[in-house]
Amino acid sequence: MWNYEKRLQYPVNITKTDAKMAQIIISQFGGPDGELAASMRYLSQRYTMPYREIAGLLTDIGTEELAHLEMICTIIYQLTKNLSEEEIVASGFDKYYVDHTLALWPQAAGGIPFNACEFQSKGDAITDLVEDLAAEQKARSTYDNILRLIKDPEVCDPIRFLREREIVHFQRFGEGLRRVQEDLDPKNFYFYNPEFDRNPRR
Amino acid sequence: MRQEYITMLEAGFAVDEASLYLDTHPDDDEALKYFMCMKKQYVKARKEYSEKFGPVTLEDVEGGCWSWTKSPMPWEGGSC
Repeated sequence: MWNYEKRLQYPVNITKTDAKMAQIIISQFGGPDGELAASMRYLSQRYTMPYREIAGLLTDIGTEELAHLEMICTIIYQLTKNLSEEEIVASGFDKYYVDHTLALWPQAAGGIPFNACEFQSKGDAITDLVEDLAAEQKARSTYDNILRLIKDPEVCDPIRFLREREIVHFQRFGEGLRRVQEDLDPKNFYFYNPEFDRNPRR
Repeated sequence: MRQEYITMLEAGFAVDEASLYLDTHPDDDEALKYFMCMKKQYVKARKEYSEKFGPVTLEDVEGGCWSWTKSPMPWEGGSC
């Protein structure tokens, strides 16, 4: 189960709306390398992960991603708060507004809805951890792209924090992968899948 | 932004960061000591914030009135 903490992981206080920026940043809510996909990826993979400490790591990072999801949604909410009809049309936010008003809905910047096909839960410890490493890098690249487009320091500050977390998670998943490879046959760790094959010949 | 909020977030972040590190370095005694110390600081900071500005977790709700839904949600911004 989970308990809610009524606070953000890192402060977000944006005082100037910018619907154009919100439409870009929304990709980290429901886009291919966004926080929703990240959280669901790790929280789905953990059940069959045969190494308890890595199941724990997937749980803890998957939980932190939910806190990042909340930060991204807070950024979008504050960037689009109390927009006028004129601002909605001028910023190109009208196409989103017609379906969702000013509510939060997980989609990519290009308007593609969130889709579970954006992540995998493969049931193979090495496959999944390599996917997780790639996911953290893809999210980091997306934050780099966002930072090239944003100028407002009130938006840049929490985005930079989120970018740094991708790097830390990449490091931790790398340590997890090494742990799995050391436990398996080091000469051929693809010899058997610890999540499925029950009688390994070592 | 209120100093009590910043203090709570700083200690809370130290707990998050140390726990991920310990997941892959469970035998690091120094890290475990740091985790225990920051956990204590976080609980203290959360209690101090809660007493002034409202509960952060259900654990912080005191009897008398249902305060859980009275304080602003974290995305409302401003001085929370």
